[in-house]
Amino acid sequence: MVAFKLPVNSRIGQGQTFKAPAGAKRVREFKIYRWSPDDGRNPRTDTYEVDLDACGPMVLDALIKIKNEIDPTLTFRRSCREGICGSCAMNIDGGNTLACLKPIEEVKGAVRINPLPHMPVVKDLVPDLSQPYAQLRSVKPWMQSDTPAPPDGERLQSKEERAKLDGLWECILCFCCSTACPSYWWNGDRYLGPAVLLQAYRWIADSRDEATGQRLDELEDPFKLYRCHTIMNCTDTCPKGLNPAKAIGAIKQLIVERQG
Amino acid sequence: MADINTVPHTDIMRSSLGRARGLGSARAGAHHWWMQKLLSLALVPLTIWFVFSAIQLTGVDHQGMVAWMHSPWRMGLMAALVIATFHHLHLGLQVVLEDYVHHEPTKVAAITLLKGLCVLLAIVCLVSILKIGL
Repeated sequence: MVAFKLPVNSRIGQGQTFKAPAGAKRVREFKIYRWSPDDGRNPRTDTYEVDLDACGPMVLDALIKIKNEIDPTLTFRRSCREGICGSCAMNIDGGNTLACLKPIEEVKGAVRINPLPHMPVVKDLVPDLSQPYAQLRSVKPWMQSDTPAPPDGERLQSKEERAKLDGLWECILCFCCSTACPSYWWNGDRYLGPAVLLQAYRWIADSRDEATGQRLDELEDPFKLYRCHTIMNCTDTCPKGLNPAKAIGAIKQLIVERQG
Repeated sequence: MADINTVPHTDIMRSSLGRARGLGSARAGAHHWWMQKLLSLALVPLTIWFVFSAIQLTGVDHQGMVAWMHSPWRMGLMAALVIATFHHLHLGLQVVLEDYVHHEPTKVAAITLLKGLCVLLAIVCLVSILKIGL
């Protein structure tokens, strides 16, 4: 059944507070989830006071400043710092987004930062994403075609065919959407989740792919696909402005369409 | 031996891909989903008609009610309303049970019970309609 309280060893306690240096004028609190697998302690929330006059504009800038100047033990993933790698996906101010694309100014009051919801935590803000990665692999996110590519060039697509992939190819697999979906929280072991279903549709919509039927066969399942109840958290939270709910709707529509 | 459902995720040795593929696709679910949509569409006019009729029938005595129900169209619409309502109820609540009940034997029992209950209630309503109308 659904648990309404966190398990005893997951309950979050009060952590340390790191004060801003004296003379700092524009101080903002960052309340960050901390947990380490090594010390056997419960998770805690540490508070870091950051002088915004000496910090870049984005939440990721603050995290890097904290790690470099205040507390080197703070652990998080980051790479490109421009919203294309998807590494710094986390829950900021109650919503899943990319720390590098989230301006600190958009948050009122203390900036609360937690790992992506309902995933096992590796350490601090680093979630274990093995399950969604494996689910992505299970939908074969690559082109399947029996017709060999022309020997002298690439497989061609008309402009109209190519346009069908817009809004799909831009997904960077940060899994903000899947981890914002209550259906994925309760049934993530069987429901594929919005990110993976958007990727599945990306190949269904590709004019060069010849495995559309098998792909729909594989998706037609009460749990893999039909756990989507159009809650729309996925679309609401996507930091790239994509619409996974629409892609899922398109898959459902195609499955009905081929029946009659 | 510990129950596989309660061991920490780090203690599961089966590969992530094996778990993600699981038992494979059931090749089902589309009918359930589509029926739910169609039934909700059908219930819009049926429910409006029923509420409208119920308001019109306020204060009517038993004989008046029997006379009203006597028309084959009204009996038919009432039967359609009952069938659509309980079918829709069954489909909807089954999804709720699948969503939230994760103990497999409990889930199977609850879904079976739900189905039986919905069918029984629908039959009782249909018999009542026939009893009043015929």
